Amino acid sequence: MKWLKIAIARIRALVLGESVQRDIDEELRSHIEITTEWHISRGLSPEEARRRALLTFGNEVRVREQVHKVKGGGLIEEIAQDTKYAARMLKKSPGFSAVAILTIALGIGATTAIFSVIDSTLLRPLPYPQPEQLVSIAADFSGGDARDIGFSQPELEDLQHSGIFEYVSTAWFDENNLTGSSKPASVRILITCPNYFALLGVKPQLGRTFDPEDHSPGIIPDVVISDGLWKRFFGRDPKVLDKSVRMDTDLYRIIGVMPPGFDAPGRTAEERNVEVWAASSFYGEPLLDHPPRNGRNLPTAIARLKPGLSIEAAQSRLDSLTSALQHQFPEDYPKDSTWSVRLVPLKERLIGNVRQSLILLLAAVGLVLLIASVNVANLLLARASARAREVAIRQAIGAGRGRLARQLLTESVLLSLLGGIAGLLVLFLTKDLLLRLAPDSLPRLNDISISWSVLVFALVVSIATGLIFGLAPAWHAGRFDLVSALKESSRGSTGSGAQMRTRSALVVTEFALSLVLMISAGLLLRSFWDLLNVRLGFNPQNVVASRTRLPAPNDRTVDLYPTPKQESPFLREVIRRNKALPGVEDVALGDTSSIPLDESMRDLKLISEGQFLFTIENSGFKNDQTSVAYRTSVTPNYFHLLEIPLQRGRLFNDQDDENAPQVAVVNDAFARAFWPNQDPLGKRFKRARPNSPWITIVGVIANARTESLADASVPKIYLDFFQTGGNRIAIFLRGHLDPAAISGQVRDQVQSIDPTLPVTDSTILNETVATSLAQRRFSMEMVALFAVTALFLAGLGIYGVISYSVNERTHEIGIRFALGAERRNILSMVVRQALGLAIVGAALGSICAFIVSRMMTGILYGVSPTDPLTFIAVAIILMSVALLGAYIPAQRAVRVDPLVALRQE
Amino acid sequence: MTAPKADLLQGTLDMLVLKSLTLGPLHGFGIIQRIQQISDGLLTIEQGSLYPAVYRIEQQGWVSSKWGVTETGRKAKFYSLTKSGLKKLKAEEEGWERLSLAIGKVLQST
Repeated sequence: MKWLKIAIARIRALVLGESVQRDIDEELRSHIEITTEWHISRGLSPEEARRRALLTFGNEVRVREQVHKVKGGGLIEEIAQDTKYAARMLKKSPGFSAVAILTIALGIGATTAIFSVIDSTLLRPLPYPQPEQLVSIAADFSGGDARDIGFSQPELEDLQHSGIFEYVSTAWFDENNLTGSSKPASVRILITCPNYFALLGVKPQLGRTFDPEDHSPGIIPDVVISDGLWKRFFGRDPKVLDKSVRMDTDLYRIIGVMPPGFDAPGRTAEERNVEVWAASSFYGEPLLDHPPRNGRNLPTAIARLKPGLSIEAAQSRLDSLTSALQHQFPEDYPKDSTWSVRLVPLKERLIGNVRQSLILLLAAVGLVLLIASVNVANLLLARASARAREVAIRQAIGAGRGRLARQLLTESVLLSLLGGIAGLLVLFLTKDLLLRLAPDSLPRLNDISISWSVLVFALVVSIATGLIFGLAPAWHAGRFDLVSALKESSRGSTGSGAQMRTRSALVVTEFALSLVLMISAGLLLRSFWDLLNVRLGFNPQNVVASRTRLPAPNDRTVDLYPTPKQESPFLREVIRRNKALPGVEDVALGDTSSIPLDESMRDLKLISEGQFLFTIENSGFKNDQTSVAYRTSVTPNYFHLLEIPLQRGRLFNDQDDENAPQVAVVNDAFARAFWPNQDPLGKRFKRARPNSPWITIVGVIANARTESLADASVPKIYLDFFQTGGNRIAIFLRGHLDPAAISGQVRDQVQSIDPTLPVTDSTILNETVATSLAQRRFSMEMVALFAVTALFLAGLGIYGVISYSVNERTHEIGIRFALGAERRNILSMVVRQALGLAIVGAALGSICAFIVSRMMTGILYGVSPTDPLTFIAVAIILMSVALLGAYIPAQRAVRVDPLVALRQE
Repeated sequence: MTAPKADLLQGTLDMLVLKSLTLGPLHGFGIIQRIQQISDGLLTIEQGSLYPAVYRIEQQGWVSSKWGVTETGRKAKFYSLTKSGLKKLKAEEEGWERLSLAIGKVLQST
């Protein structure tokens, strides 16, 4: 504890500073007075007495120094001194300080922004108790390449009783029509097992949640609602419990309300913003009483591991379980594939696909910070050489090298701390703007905020940058040649050749780094551009799509549209009425998975409808092999409306009704994948579910990029909507439409047939296509922004170095002029120097860029990572910037007056 | 920068200063006089080494200081022993006794 007392005393001395000093002085003075007095009392004259007193006291300065060292000296005081001095120096040259602080603010602000995004998406644990025990469970058929095939209810039961998990729940994401209030609305619901909330470990803010032990059949007639729904429909009425709502005409009782800010675990904003939770054990009406094991209609599940069980241990136990079950029920598992179930930490599943882009962004912004630091290092070096005399004098009166270095480091740390604070300020102010730029697919968007870890990160980065770029000038200070520096006149400065070399090296580094950033940006830009202009294979021009949904009541008897046969008149009527709208040229319907490139509720589509497991009749494949492909249902007019050409066979026609055999139109990719050298027309396949009918292929259409812009040949199956029916309906209209009015018009038409149906606003298909690129565009824009910033900084850097060099060589230039050099000789000399630096930088940068762009191959499209066009274009830009940066100093060099220059010593 | 004094001498000085204060608070000059007195004129502390020592032991909490007035009406800072200072003095005295005993034995042997 002693050191604590000493530390406190030292800090006290620091803080009180002046007054402590005065105190010491007074005491020493009084001592001398008393000694003098004493001498006088012994009979000496006053002058003699005083002289004696001073003599015996010894060297006063020395004493003061020693006392000072004990009382208030030491590291803390030195650092405080340095800081005060640094602050004074920064104030004295406001231009330099402003530029330096701004540069650093840019670098640190940008880095911190990206870091806060990474922190809230990747680093923070999920907001549930013991989040590391939460896993997602997915089933695959290996050998058939079918992943995430889902579970059947018996399989789910087996998992729950396996002893590996505390709770297992699936989560069936759906939409329901909420009726009974002013107008029908569509709400997002999640149907889970009753133990879902116990699994997550969250408590409601009002009422209760489901009983985890409730195994009653059917769908439990109770629901839990979200805080948002409570506000929207009930105005936060505290008496909402036990009220009822009708969803898809069924009555449900509200038993609880979840707290605000409770998000269901999900990858997109939509998945997270669940408004209603219902529960079921997934057997009994309206489902089957004894669901078969091979009817996998339940999506990927989540679970909480038993406490103390690690994922690896759980996985190995799970593997034994799955092989045992396959042996026990051989009819339910295809012979040629292995059924495997894998555990993935829940967080991983939710954020996995975003990680790569975020790391890319962090790397890019790190480069910018590096360049900014290099720039400031250059600035500091220039200043250091201007202050050469000051440093020399300090050394002459005894400052050690260490002390000098520390002082310069303090200056740079102070600079970067100020820059960091400025950067944080900018971040605070622009936070909302940045969030708006980010795509919705970024998980946990709402959580992004400036947290403590972000602030600490900014602080650490600031200090680290300060230390790093202060090293160069500090190191140079240490190697100072005292004598020549002191002899130097106050005008101009020499700086050793070593300093010039260091500065040049720094600028070359800047250029190299800028090149890397620019190449990355260029490649991303080309990928994006290519994707944007890719041939879609369908024509989204002048097409809008609206959505509606037929209810799926639990009580089948009230279902107005229970079979495709009973649904078709409704569908035909919708087509007829919408066709009559002004400006409409063509109408088609389809399942909502037929909306091209639709990002909304993609997972829902994938699980409940899009991903289609099927087996092929007597194909070239072995029997019983289950394959997977995308599938949708459309009315016959769909292909014509979207202008997807037919290659062979025919499209759907009026003969394909409920009584005729099921038909399908497939795309070229599908035909090639499964019947590579045969005519697919007439071939049959069927869904991998019990009692599915055979489906016959009647036509082949050209490939269209309806699933992904980047992939042209995704196998897809189109079924006839009139034959399959479907609850989630998309209404496509083509024509000269008024986008503002059309939503209301479609809604009116549909509701004039059935007023209980909600109809969403129409979306313009062109915009849907553009939105599908949103995440890519965001990355590209960010990297481009960084690249431009880096280039700007590099330009500044080269300006600084060339300008400095011209200053240095004023004398030399004067001599050259005097000896007969022409202006253009001098100009070319300066330009050559600038270009030389730029070329070396570009060469170095190109090597790094080769390596870096190779790592980016995954996100590039249509352009190779070593695309020569991009490299050349970037090199040219870099040269131009170098020339631009050298322009002003070159002008200055050319205007040197030889007489003035020669007079300068 | 001078090299730090040998610990032995530094500690000894501290001990002397502490001892001088056992009879009551003194100012700097008074401490020097008292030590001279007690040692029968054999020990004279240089003023230059006194104050660093005094400040050091003040930092350790063994003495406390207060501004006061001398008999001749001059302002001066008076130092007095604290409880922990007294304890420290006792410890130092014991240590010193043992040390001088040990050294004496060594010197007296042949």
